[in-house]
Amino acid sequence: MNKVTNVVIAGLGGQGVVTFSDMLAMAAFNAGHDVKQSELHGMSQRGGSVSSDVRFGPTVLSPMVPAGEADYLVVLESTQVEVNRGLLKPDGCLLTPELIPEGALRNKKSLNVAMLGALSAVLEIPEPVWLDAVHAKLAAKLHKVNDQAFALGREAGAALSRPTPSAED
Amino acid sequence: MNQATRLLLSGDEAVALAALTAGVRLGTGYPGTPSTEILEYLDQIGGRAQWAPNEKVALEVGLGSAFAGARTLVTMKHVGLNVAADVLFTAAYTDVPGGLVIVSADDPGMASSQNEQDNRHYARAAGVPMLEPADSQEAYDMTLAAFDLAERWQIPVLLRLTTRICHSKTVVATRSPAPPPAEPHFVRDIPARVMIPAYAKPAHRRLRDKLTAIAAWNEEQGPNRVYPGDRSLGIIASGVSVAHAREAAPQASLLALGLTYPLPLQRIAAFAASVERCLVIEEGDPVLVNELRAAGIAVEGKAEMYRFGELTVPRVRRVLAGDESPEPVPPRGKPPELCPGCSHRPVFEILSRLGCIVSGDIGCYTLGVLPPFQAMDTCVCMGAAIGVGLGLRHVLPEAEARRVVSVIGDSTFVHSGLTGLAEMVYNPPSTGHLVLILDNGTTAMTGRQEHPGTGRTLNHEPTGKIDFAALARAMGIPRVHEVDPMADDAAFAELISSLLAGNELALVVARRPCVLAAPHIRLYEQAAAETHANRCAAAPTE
Repeated sequence: MNKVTNVVIAGLGGQGVVTFSDMLAMAAFNAGHDVKQSELHGMSQRGGSVSSDVRFGPTVLSPMVPAGEADYLVVLESTQVEVNRGLLKPDGCLLTPELIPEGALRNKKSLNVAMLGALSAVLEIPEPVWLDAVHAKLAAKLHKVNDQAFALGREAGAALSRPTPSAED
Repeated sequence: MNQATRLLLSGDEAVALAALTAGVRLGTGYPGTPSTEILEYLDQIGGRAQWAPNEKVALEVGLGSAFAGARTLVTMKHVGLNVAADVLFTAAYTDVPGGLVIVSADDPGMASSQNEQDNRHYARAAGVPMLEPADSQEAYDMTLAAFDLAERWQIPVLLRLTTRICHSKTVVATRSPAPPPAEPHFVRDIPARVMIPAYAKPAHRRLRDKLTAIAAWNEEQGPNRVYPGDRSLGIIASGVSVAHAREAAPQASLLALGLTYPLPLQRIAAFAASVERCLVIEEGDPVLVNELRAAGIAVEGKAEMYRFGELTVPRVRRVLAGDESPEPVPPRGKPPELCPGCSHRPVFEILSRLGCIVSGDIGCYTLGVLPPFQAMDTCVCMGAAIGVGLGLRHVLPEAEARRVVSVIGDSTFVHSGLTGLAEMVYNPPSTGHLVLILDNGTTAMTGRQEHPGTGRTLNHEPTGKIDFAALARAMGIPRVHEVDPMADDAAFAELISSLLAGNELALVVARRPCVLAAPHIRLYEQAAAETHANRCAAAPTE
């Protein structure tokens, strides 16, 4: 049994895609999984499309999520949904920013952490591990507002349904 | 393996950590995606790291350090090794007592590069060993192995990474630091280091002997491993292709090569003979497959269509299935653009309005080629803006020649622009020429690194600073101007127009800090001012 969970995070440069990815990878690592995380830097920094892959499980091989095999696709910017939809497996779970109630975030920059909260609701990693990973990536003065964003997202994510595990495992 | 020694690291971070563990005394290089983070991380964890003006100088400094017996790390992106190649090819002939490890970070798929050259060719062309890790753990282990190899055979070693190795984070189990290496000390050995023909002829033979010995070592003890599997299919792979292949064909037998030059040909032949069908999975050029076939080993390669771009698990599955049907084209995302408030914007608006023929260069400002500006006509390699601009001016009819402008960034100018200015002064076109240095006070594209024009070191502390205007005047350029491209649009456009109309050589430094770097630059300047004030206060008064 070697079930690998595949997550793709997508958005635009400056939205915190890589920060999200770092937090997720750190949480999965601290929860005891093998982890591989991959992203492309460089040109993506200038406001263009950015995406990052995180894979975790007992043993992970390739660092990239094969197209059509993502269990979860988390998109931080609505315009990036169609560009990335092909990465998701047929019954995969799509998380879009519409999950987060309009105006509920105290700081719009916390959208990535709110979306991480939503994803956390469907992954089997304990909540304290998630919060530690969030705090490790952010300055202390940002912890409170992001804790609130995470909690908001986690509540919104509770209604999401999990994809069925892949048959090959 | 206890939890405390396990870390989640990028390949770049793993190389830096291993170098520090190996007792590296100096890390030097030039920023370039995807290699930049190696030296930044080395600095962060307490190693000595510095930016050189370009890769050639970095490798020269690194070679000197290694000649003195110090373990040395030199980092660059794949195209940087072209710049440093002059050093590499002859350094390979010399005996280098301190371990000299050169990182070449290739970019198959061109995530952020002007080409996707395959630097495995350099190992063969220069005759230096090459290691190719498949993940961060191997990047860590092979960096340590590279220093040992380099010292044992007194030969520079290439550590070839690719974008997916550099920028993927994977789990690394670390080791305890090696005992500190001996203090640097210069031991004179003229025939081993002075490459005049009399000494270089025997040195060339010594190099080939070293490679023969390393190949023999690689057969028995090299960092290569077999993942046993079904006899019906054998795969030979290296680098990230190993991970893709293991996932795409979990049942196959796989030989993962770590030291990929010089190859362990006997071991490979034995592996190939042990399976019914043997396939080479490699990203980029058919380097490995050609070399194995030349050695008489029967292996299959990939179809030509897979030479281009990165490999992925689905592409490896297609290679294994011999599928040459057209690949699905993923939808295009949003392209990058010059940031709002970027100081390059007004420059490209003016050049576009004046209908200039723009000889461009490598950096953020290359984005001036995209809409709405479309104000760049050539971009080839670091520093080419000036030479290419001069060539255009030499042969175009006068009316067209007058529209030619060379546009180059500050870091790129220091990297490879100075010799272009020498050429301009020495062989001036009859219509003169105009060089625009877009000085945003940082190496912006690669993530805001310092360079000799910023007056700050890699860790942002004050150091010597090159004054571009004074330099241009000293080189004999008659018209030199320094302007803020955002201060007065009309005046800036008028200046460019008048310089294009004249027949003189001109250089304009368009200076305004990068909007992303400006807040950081202010902090560095404040810190420097405070340090200076404290020093003054502490100085004894007379």
